[in-house]
Amino acid sequence: MERRFLLGMPVALGLALLLSLFPLIVPIYWVMLATEILIMGLFAMSFNLLFGYAGLLSFGHGGFLGVGAYVTALFLIHGSWSLWFILLASILSASLAAFLVGFLCVRRDEIFFAMLSLALGMMLFAVAHNWREVTGGSDGLPVFAVPPLSLGLWKLSLFAPSSMYYFTLFWFATSALFLWTVVRSPFGLMLQAVRENKLRLSFSGTDVRLVRLAAFVIAGGLAGLAGFLLCLFNRMAAPDMLHWSFSARPVLMTILGGAGTFWGPAVGSAIFFILEHWVTAFTENWMIVLGSLLILVVLFFPDGIWGTLSKATGERKEQV
Amino acid sequence: MEAMVVNVLNGLSWGMLLFLISVGLTTIFGVLGVLNFAHGSLFMLGAYGTMSLMRFFPSFWAGVVIAPLLTALLGMGVEITLLRRVYLRDVSYQLLLTFAVLLVLDDAVRILWGAAYHVVDPPASLAGTVGLFSHSYPIYRLFLIVVGPVLGLGLWGFFTRTRWGKMIRAAAQDRQMAEGVGIRVPLLFTLVFGLGAWLAALGGALAAPHQSVGPAMGERIIIESFIVVVVGGLGSFPGAFVGAILLGLLDAFGTLFAGRVQMALPYVVLAFVLLVRPRGLLGREG
Repeated sequence: MERRFLLGMPVALGLALLLSLFPLIVPIYWVMLATEILIMGLFAMSFNLLFGYAGLLSFGHGGFLGVGAYVTALFLIHGSWSLWFILLASILSASLAAFLVGFLCVRRDEIFFAMLSLALGMMLFAVAHNWREVTGGSDGLPVFAVPPLSLGLWKLSLFAPSSMYYFTLFWFATSALFLWTVVRSPFGLMLQAVRENKLRLSFSGTDVRLVRLAAFVIAGGLAGLAGFLLCLFNRMAAPDMLHWSFSARPVLMTILGGAGTFWGPAVGSAIFFILEHWVTAFTENWMIVLGSLLILVVLFFPDGIWGTLSKATGERKEQV
Repeated sequence: MEAMVVNVLNGLSWGMLLFLISVGLTTIFGVLGVLNFAHGSLFMLGAYGTMSLMRFFPSFWAGVVIAPLLTALLGMGVEITLLRRVYLRDVSYQLLLTFAVLLVLDDAVRILWGAAYHVVDPPASLAGTVGLFSHSYPIYRLFLIVVGPVLGLGLWGFFTRTRWGKMIRAAAQDRQMAEGVGIRVPLLFTLVFGLGAWLAALGGALAAPHQSVGPAMGERIIIESFIVVVVGGLGSFPGAFVGAILLGLLDAFGTLFAGRVQMALPYVVLAFVLLVRPRGLLGREG
């Protein structure tokens, strides 16, 4: 552990340096692609807290990203609120939604959990899609003006791609640090124990539902943060963000990268978008390529691409 | 009153298509333990296949016979090359593998047939309408309402009366015991997946004149048939029948009594059943 930490430090510092210099060395298109990778990577990492650590396959995670995005869009459209306030409101409302949905979902396991989270997520989708007066129905809510971000005396406009990138990078890093602390904490250990043996854990006096619910709320809140960022990035909130097929995206990214690893989902997000970028340059049939790749990963690399790589380089699995 | 009858008939005809695809889905789950996400794509292949075969053969029925058989072969290929490797793995991975197959099949359909929607005419013998009170009602939908229970009864006979049906049920009950008494389980699994694919594609073939044939038809029906099998009880045959009729009627009556909330109704039912009675309406204990 200590040795690995020491070895990992230069790599991590190098990566951090690269990420922070990114907008200075690559064209703007790639800066925007990187922003999207970070947002969806954050979304996938929040999903992985449920899937990779607690063994809960949620097919409704898009619902919480959607709540965050709609709350952001609604505040931005109705009045000039501070971005910091809107950020907080998105996280809190997504956490609240996750609490309500999770309260019901954590009672079930495996396929039943997947189906229940899908059903409840689709109810959120139905609200976004049909409550036209508030959500704009299937058109979504376009955002035309974003107030500048105030950092003390300094004001930053997020309309510039590079400032949006840095803003996203900051929240990605903060959330990653937070998630890292969570999975290394006693609570994180309990989560993995829930996955390994639910019954034994409950015999040892742990309230399994409570542990799962707490994970659900944390994951939902971070998905809401991703929704806030995605709404600023796309300048709109759309009902598609809550549909089950959008919820399938973090699932795919996590599997691609590696479900049992901490960074796997973010790596998966990068693979997803970079591959999409390359493939769509040749053909519009990107899904058939993604599907085939996914089949290969599920069959031959169950640890995902990142997980397999870190195993192959002689490191132990990142898991605690 | 008339509107009521028309709605019931609409609900039943959609319900019967749902039943065909759900009964295959639930059989595969009961025996193989895999919830097949690609089942809707097989339904779609049945519809597209029938449409294309009608160009080579002058008859709709040729398509209804041949397309599901071809789809069943494809399904067996998928079972042998892919699914077989993940039976011992976590259910999540089985679900994800079939989801990946869905991505491939759906995009393959888009490559082969394009993104346009197509209309398939019902065969001449079932075209036209009959008078129903002061309304006229399409004969083809009435045909679907009849064909559903007939196929259901046929399947029930197959599972309870024939040797193969009994072997399938034995394997579903206890795989090891079935192997012990000499049933070749791997072969049986392949055949069961083929049967499920055949049923899905048959549903798709029969659905072709009922709705427009387009690339989104698989996605809609897969979620609805998930709801049917979970509500009815995973692995339960009569459950699939009851669940399909329930969903079909909900589809037909939803807009009448729920208005804009109609879209969420199937999910409300799904969530309610999962919370109150997770084994489904007719599912067995445990």
